[in-house]
Amino acid sequence: MLRILQFLYRVRAFLLFAFLEFLAIWMIVSNNSPQGAAFFNSSNELVGNALKKQADVVQFFSLADANSALVDENAKLKQELLKFQVKPDSMPLAIDSTLEANFKLKGARVVAYSLRFSQNYLTLHKGSKDGIKPGMGVFNSQGIVGRVKSVSDNYSVAFSVLNTSLLISAKIKSSEVFGSVQWDGGNTSEVQLLYVPRHVKATKGDTVITSGFNAVFPEGILIGQISKVEVNKKDPNYLAITVKLSTDFSKLTYVYLVENTQYQEIDSLYRQSDLPNEY
Amino acid sequence: MNIRNLISYSLVILILGLVQILFLKNLALFGHAFGFLYLLGLLILPSTLRTIPLMLLAFVLGFILDVFFETIGMHAAAATLFAFLKPFWLKTASPTGGFDEAEEPSLPQIGLGRYVSYAFPLLFVYSLAFFTADQWGTGGVIGVLSKSFFSALFTLLLTILVQLLFFRRKRGIS
Repeated sequence: MLRILQFLYRVRAFLLFAFLEFLAIWMIVSNNSPQGAAFFNSSNELVGNALKKQADVVQFFSLADANSALVDENAKLKQELLKFQVKPDSMPLAIDSTLEANFKLKGARVVAYSLRFSQNYLTLHKGSKDGIKPGMGVFNSQGIVGRVKSVSDNYSVAFSVLNTSLLISAKIKSSEVFGSVQWDGGNTSEVQLLYVPRHVKATKGDTVITSGFNAVFPEGILIGQISKVEVNKKDPNYLAITVKLSTDFSKLTYVYLVENTQYQEIDSLYRQSDLPNEY
Repeated sequence: MNIRNLISYSLVILILGLVQILFLKNLALFGHAFGFLYLLGLLILPSTLRTIPLMLLAFVLGFILDVFFETIGMHAAAATLFAFLKPFWLKTASPTGGFDEAEEPSLPQIGLGRYVSYAFPLLFVYSLAFFTADQWGTGGVIGVLSKSFFSALFTLLLTILVQLLFFRRKRGIS
């Protein structure tokens, strides 16, 4: 018995090493499963505050850019609004409930983001107090950005599109062919459009948008332009399409969050019929 | 290790950690070479510090970084490995007589040649562990290896630069 204790005492450094490594790997695994609970991350109040202070300084220098982007977008939206303004002589119509707007939009500021790893995240300065929930879609005026992962009172953490575990349901605008968008961990300005069958004619320059099937994003949010079309080498039944992202991930300041008010209903329907729901 | 040294080491680690979090987060040369400058704080700790406190310190440091970088566990795992190997490697790479007990393995103390042969393999192992965890199942082996190699090189250059600029020859840490 004494020998065993002596032996254990002699290898105590190694035992501690094994224990710490085990702890770290357990944290990696539990953090990377998209449905798993995140215990420690930057939606933590203290860390969120520190990151916000940093963003306050850094984003000060890009305020002019952010403002002009907002003004541009405002102008565009006003123009769209003009189309919908009701003429005084028209009769109000009761609209069918299926056509009701079921998307709610919110704005938020990005306080931190990474883009150099293969699992990248954003930290947003809005949390459950402002009605942010896990699962909401994130986009900005340029295009798609990601999806909310976890939420604290004042901050939330979102998967970036540049995260190899995030799949987004997408379609090619001109041909209405749909597939899934996923990042391969390489170039930060390109993503892959998967599961497009080979008979489809996809050409360079076609626009790729969200499909609206996954109940996270409304239909028609820009993802990017096709930059390369090849036959998939691993599975020749499909095309390997590379899409150039329209969003500039190296300059994120303000984003919109979108919530589908009928998400619960659609999700439970999918669960009932045992369908996997893509993000 | 006296109290004065303790304070100066803590200060160095704190400053390096802040620099890492505030400035080196999204910096990657050519998207390939990352700078893990905070490792300098672990590299220069004297050889008298035992493995166990060193490992605990490395784990905590890595974990704090992880919380800020949203890479939970990855830096912690790599830093623990780094700290576990450091005393062994220091013993192997040191001259036959061993380093002077009080000596710290920093650039002004042990010279450029020995510093490089001491620091580079450790930095490489650290980067290798980090990128293996980061790209698990997604990136190829070549990608991980080249990222690790260039990150280790870039980090080595950064640590040399910092030591040349801020470390005084005589007292170790200014």
